[in-house]
Amino acid sequence: MNFEPTPEQRLIADTARQFAEQNLVKKAAQRDRDSEFPAAELAKLAELGLLGVNVPEELGGAQAGVVAYSLALSEIAAADASVSVAMAVTNMVAEIICAFGTPEQKQTWVPRLCSGEAVAGAFALSEAQSGSDASSLRTKAEKIPGGYRLSGSKLWITSGDRAGVLVVWARTDGEVPKETGAAARAGKAGKKSAADGISAFLIAHDTPGFAAGRPEHKLGLRGSTTVPLTFDGCEVPDGALLGSIGEGFKIAMTALDGGRIGIASQAVGVARAALRAATDYAKERKQFGQAIANFQAIGNMLADGAVQLEAARLLTLRAAQYKESGVPYSRAAAMAKLYASEMSGRVCDMALQVHGGYGYTQEFPVERYLRDARVQRIYEGTSEVQRLVIARSVLKEFSDHIS
Amino acid sequence: MIDFELSEELQVLQKSVREFAAAEVAPYCKAWNEEERFPHELIPKLGAMGLLGMSVPERYGGAEMGMQAISVVVEELAAVDGSVAITVASHNGLCTGHILLAGSEEQKQKYLPQLATGSALGAWGLTEPGSGSDAAGARTRAERLADGSWTITGTKTFITQGSVGGIFVVLAVTDPAKKQHGITAFILEKGMPGFRSGRVMEKMGLHASDTAELILEDVRVPDAQRLGAVDHGFVDTLRILDKGRITIASMALGLGWGAYKAALAYAKERKQFGKSLSEFQAIQNMLASSATELEAARLLIRRAAWLCDKGRRITLPASMAKLYAAQAAMRACDRAVQIHGGYGYTREFPVERAMRDAKLCEIGEGTNEIQRLVISRELLTKGDLHVSGLT
Repeated sequence: MNFEPTPEQRLIADTARQFAEQNLVKKAAQRDRDSEFPAAELAKLAELGLLGVNVPEELGGAQAGVVAYSLALSEIAAADASVSVAMAVTNMVAEIICAFGTPEQKQTWVPRLCSGEAVAGAFALSEAQSGSDASSLRTKAEKIPGGYRLSGSKLWITSGDRAGVLVVWARTDGEVPKETGAAARAGKAGKKSAADGISAFLIAHDTPGFAAGRPEHKLGLRGSTTVPLTFDGCEVPDGALLGSIGEGFKIAMTALDGGRIGIASQAVGVARAALRAATDYAKERKQFGQAIANFQAIGNMLADGAVQLEAARLLTLRAAQYKESGVPYSRAAAMAKLYASEMSGRVCDMALQVHGGYGYTQEFPVERYLRDARVQRIYEGTSEVQRLVIARSVLKEFSDHIS
Repeated sequence: MIDFELSEELQVLQKSVREFAAAEVAPYCKAWNEEERFPHELIPKLGAMGLLGMSVPERYGGAEMGMQAISVVVEELAAVDGSVAITVASHNGLCTGHILLAGSEEQKQKYLPQLATGSALGAWGLTEPGSGSDAAGARTRAERLADGSWTITGTKTFITQGSVGGIFVVLAVTDPAKKQHGITAFILEKGMPGFRSGRVMEKMGLHASDTAELILEDVRVPDAQRLGAVDHGFVDTLRILDKGRITIASMALGLGWGAYKAALAYAKERKQFGKSLSEFQAIQNMLASSATELEAARLLIRRAAWLCDKGRRITLPASMAKLYAAQAAMRACDRAVQIHGGYGYTREFPVERAMRDAKLCEIGEGTNEIQRLVISRELLTKGDLHVSGLT
């Protein structure tokens, strides 16, 4: 048993923290107000090695592992969640390409993602009619001589208008899923399932036929762009296929397992900033002749927040450590993501409450924390999907134990 | 490198305690609880397993375990029966722990071997009818006589092993003007003139654990029975309670885990609407929430225990672990009863007992409210959100 990060992990976290405090905190509120994409900030993250934390050095990454990645991401998120989500997705895309790409794909894209040349990476899975039920996606990729032609549209794609490279999931089975429940059941019965008909592609932002739409207006994460994508006869060469035909769903699920560690880390960072703000405010603010921190009603709120934050932090680090050590981490990541995202919602809300009327204004950062945190319970698998993942896992383990 | 898993040695211990609990506790604990009977016959077996002198050095006949090991033991026992867990936890952590912490060599040689084998059970008397969370409000008085000996008078309540214990550590006021810094500990033995157990308390849960009043009427003891320095009892008490919180947190975790596992098994087996309960998302959600929260509790406990074994200050992490684990256990037990439906409300299944037992963990060794006070005070005065140096 050991709860101490290594000196290297600590160094990376400290570097990220120092950068965040010096370069991100000051303009975070402005980026939020102006919905300004943090292009310059991402370029600096690249310089620090933070766009490829768990990527091998020979591909331009920091090769510092998943724990270091998680710690660094929390630090960035504590300053600006919008920057952290672009960082998280870029790291995720770089990792997917490392895991499933050909040597050529790795050489083409990974160094450019890590160096910031590609600005960011994007992960294009969701569609208007396909959210939690990812295997029902309809964007299609038809085989043409020498490549594929993609048609369809995607929705909610983080950095989709900025990313130099996007991982795009499309059907290669020629089917149009109507009722995926039936397809999944067919899959169980040994027939071909909807998930088996999905493949992943690496698409450069300047590919003809690809276009990003207008960014969505969102509750929070306003410094991050979230856009619809259209593919209209978008032709890519054979070399754009990531993994093999039909492997796309597996690639997506693998990426999301890791992505959940990222979102959990982000939630921990945002909640920590909120708790810190609430603690500082409670010590300063005087009512009834004393600091409100002296009132048990306020102290209780801070204490409950701190306990849950610590619990989330430990669950997140455990999931990161599992992934880093190569042990199965799907359940641990789902637990971390579920718990940390729900925790950050509660803690940010508590922090706003401690601030009273001031908390509701943009004079203090807590209303932004609360808005930014809200999406953590939705993206990269809703809380409801996490509970399903966890329940299936514990029930399966129980059955295996009995048999 | 970060590693949240039990060492191989602790895994071996975990397995042996699990087997012990399955063989020696599980078949009988339902009856012990229903008869509200203290399981005297189990005590020598616990002693033989080394579970009554867990933190006692080998030279006094103990098993010389660290806090991580104690936590594992208590969790495993509680997963089967809360009463046995609290008996072991209080015997080891409070009475024995206090003698270990503050005892003279002579006191250690005299008492620790008896406690470690279980030939005498230990009890610890802090709480009084008028002094619970506010331990400084104690009224039991110890006055020094001309010959240097002491006379102690007062009443203690909620004392675990109060009627079955043989060796007692009792806190008494020696200097009322100094409030909590005027409290001293004494070692008493069963049968000392003027010292007796009073009423045995009837409790909501933990029915096979003994909880009683202690009545002290002009109990005369030589100065050799004084434990630790004069007026130093409360300071020692705080250190004991920090560790005790890890133990109670572990007990909560065991109770919650036991109930969750029972619910998991029941959900698989029970069929309604033509399929297992476990196939309904409503039930899956409850299981997922319990599994996640109990894992979080386990990590908080392991970290506190690990810090304790490293000799670090554990006030904050121990309070966090205790507050969180007690609440997580209550929720897990409540969900387990809910998943069992009507059966869960009956004594046919163990989950209602776990729920009643778990409630104590939100009260004993510092209520949830006291934990929040401790935590917020630490946060506000130390400003340190990074409990163990994790950034």
